[in-house]
Amino acid sequence: MEAVKKHFFSDMGVMLGRSMRHITRSMDTIITVTIMPIALMLLFVYVFGGAIQAGTDNYVNYLLPGVLLIAIASGISYTAFRLFTDVQRGIFERFHTMPISRSTLLWGHVLTSLLSNAISVVVIILVALVMGFRSSAGILSWLAVAGILALFTLALTWVAAIAGLSAKSVDGASALSYPIIFLPFISSAFVPTESMPSVVRAFAENQPVTSIVGAIRALLSDQPVGNDIWVALAWCIGILLVAYFFAMRVYKKRV
Amino acid sequence: MQTDTAISVHGLEKSYKNVNVLKNIDFTVQKGTIFALLGSNGAGKTTTVKVLTTLLKPDSGTATVNGFDVASKPDNVRRAISLTGQFAAVDEIMTGRENLIMIAKLRYLSNPRRVADDLLRRFGLTDAADRRVSTYSGGMRRRLDIALSLVGKPQIIFLDEPTTGLDPEARIEVWKIIKELADGGTTVFLTTQYLEEAEQLADRIAILHEGRIIVNGTLSELKRLFPSPKVEYIEKQPTLEDIFLAIVGKKEGK
Repeated sequence: MEAVKKHFFSDMGVMLGRSMRHITRSMDTIITVTIMPIALMLLFVYVFGGAIQAGTDNYVNYLLPGVLLIAIASGISYTAFRLFTDVQRGIFERFHTMPISRSTLLWGHVLTSLLSNAISVVVIILVALVMGFRSSAGILSWLAVAGILALFTLALTWVAAIAGLSAKSVDGASALSYPIIFLPFISSAFVPTESMPSVVRAFAENQPVTSIVGAIRALLSDQPVGNDIWVALAWCIGILLVAYFFAMRVYKKRV
Repeated sequence: MQTDTAISVHGLEKSYKNVNVLKNIDFTVQKGTIFALLGSNGAGKTTTVKVLTTLLKPDSGTATVNGFDVASKPDNVRRAISLTGQFAAVDEIMTGRENLIMIAKLRYLSNPRRVADDLLRRFGLTDAADRRVSTYSGGMRRRLDIALSLVGKPQIIFLDEPTTGLDPEARIEVWKIIKELADGGTTVFLTTQYLEEAEQLADRIAILHEGRIIVNGTLSELKRLFPSPKVEYIEKQPTLEDIFLAIVGKKEGK
């Protein structure tokens, strides 16, 4: 046990190296992940945008946070897919018969997810800049935005881990992200919730995406974040803890 | 326990939900020998391998590998073994060389690059070393898979149906590798459904049928168990296949 603990960081380094290769060699998945949100952004800004009353003169600024969340939600389906193939192809079995720290296997995938989603987020922000996105936020606000997005990615990654470890087929492993991708549409991400019928509005205002979008929007436009940021953090940390608990349970049952 | 015993299994039982997969299994494997566990699909071969390689915990009975109990000292067991499972456990996105270096690092070897070069040469993969594994043929994948298992020179190697799905040429290549391993002093635990494979390779053969070991011995011992009535007329030794089918058929008829 001592020896296993001592090697945790060395094992982690090897797993991270593996992850980096997977990311750099599957740029096509990152492109796939970024194209859909960029297309949505173009559609909403240049097609629907004129008809949407968001109460802001720069609609790109308004919808960017929601688009980033959609990108992350679709990005994590690849995490589920990667985990699923690792389990399926037997490489996990090989690792499990070696005297290495078992938790590094899952953490390797989690780091991969964080890195690849960070790349997609940066690409989308660059496209948004071309489309007219402007922010008056300072460095601290940007760091806070990065922190919220990282926490959101981390929470969803553990949800994806449950799907990847327990799925019976590739389709099952990646299907999980569809409902999550849909959540931003029933939130304040694209239109203000005031225009929605009461039941939908109640859902929209009390689901995690609205508070996360609200917090990021406020940070980027240098407005006071109010309660949104605390509600957003509570949602992310809550989902993270619950998903982590169940992912670990599935993992232990599986191996 | 004797020092020349590599694996010893006593009263091993394992069930999944309500299915009794292994029913009171006993056997021992001597160091430096090739032991073949022979059986049809669903006989419990893979379950036995999973218990011995610490992937599954036994329900009852004991299994010791290299002197350590698989259930209570899994880390000690893991230091002495390696597993080549039924599906080639290789990373398709990485190259053959990168796969070997990765495993060498996970075994904390001091010179992963040299270990990788040596194994690539030994397994005839030097030319393909820097190609992604997704471009490899089935035989090349299997060779890389076995090469990965040899990183760090484990004392005991588990091969779960190593030639299933290989063409005859690749199969003979794998047989050659296994024989070389045993000649070098490595203990090889092999499962197979190919009777010829057990006949060609194994020092000792155990036949696993419906979760029980029904016969265990050397090939000549097994042959003595079943003298062919035809031998004096056509001068034909029973093949292992005859023995297997006769014994299995008899048990089923009971």
